[in-house]
Amino acid sequence: MNKAVLEFSSRRENVAFSRIAVAALAAQLDFTLSDLEEIKVAVSEAVTNAIIHGYENHPDCMVRLEIKIVEEFMEIEIIDTGKGIKDITRALEPAYSTDPERMGLGFAFMQSFMENLNVSSSPGKGTRVKMSRRAGTPGRKAVSEQ
Amino acid sequence: MNYIIKKENNYLIVSVIGDVDISLTDSLREDVDRALAEYKDVNRLVFDLAEVDFVDSAGLGVILGRYKRVTAKGGKVYLAGAKPQVKKVLDLSGLPHLMEIYSSVDLLLDKIG
Repeated sequence: MNKAVLEFSSRRENVAFSRIAVAALAAQLDFTLSDLEEIKVAVSEAVTNAIIHGYENHPDCMVRLEIKIVEEFMEIEIIDTGKGIKDITRALEPAYSTDPERMGLGFAFMQSFMENLNVSSSPGKGTRVKMSRRAGTPGRKAVSEQ
Repeated sequence: MNYIIKKENNYLIVSVIGDVDISLTDSLREDVDRALAEYKDVNRLVFDLAEVDFVDSAGLGVILGRYKRVTAKGGKVYLAGAKPQVKKVLDLSGLPHLMEIYSSVDLLLDKIG
C-alpha cells in the first residue's frame, strides 16, 4: 500500500495543487492520460465544494486530502470540517445548486469519473467525500443529461 | 493574465488559457460582463477554448451564466477549439445542447461570418 495525506488552506488557488498532487500519485498506476484528466476533474469538484460550500470561501480553514493506493486501486478522500450538508440526497442530484452561476454538476462529475462515490456529512461538523477507481477501469458514465 | 478578451465586429471573443477553475472564475466572469456592458453592439459571444487544458464545473458555470445573460438579450454564445479532455467535460455537462461548438474560432467565423 502507498499512502499520502495532505492538508492545505481552503484557498481557491489550492484546488489546482490538490488535483495535481492526486494525479502525480495516480500516475504510479496504470491509468491512461484520459483517466488522469477525469480523476483531476473529480478531485477539483470535491475540493471546490469543500472550499465554497463547506467553508463558505473562508480561506483560513483546512482541507484534508487522503490518497491511498492498494495494488491497482486508488482511493481518495476529501475532508472538511465546515458547515456540512443538510440534505445529501438533494445535493447529489444533477443540476442542484444554490448558486445560479454554478451548474450543480460537481457530484455528477465525481460519480461519472470515479467508480465509487460515498458522501457523509453532518451539519455543523463537516463533510467527507470518499471516491475510488481502479486503474484500467473506465469511470462510471451514469449521469443524467442536463 | 489567463484570458484575452477582444472585440471583432459584433463578436466578443474570449480566449482562455490554462486551467479554468474557481481560482479564475470570479475575474473571468467580471471582465467578460464588463466587456459585454461596454460593447453594446456585441450580440455574439465566443469562448475560444483552444488553449484550455482543464475545466471543471466552476468554469462551466461562468460559460452558462454568460449564456443566460447574452441570450436574454437575443444574442448567441459559441464554444470553439476545445481539446478532447475539455470536450469530454463539456459533453457531460450538456452545454453543447445549448450552444454551437466549433473546432476552431477561424472555422466558426468562416461559417457564420
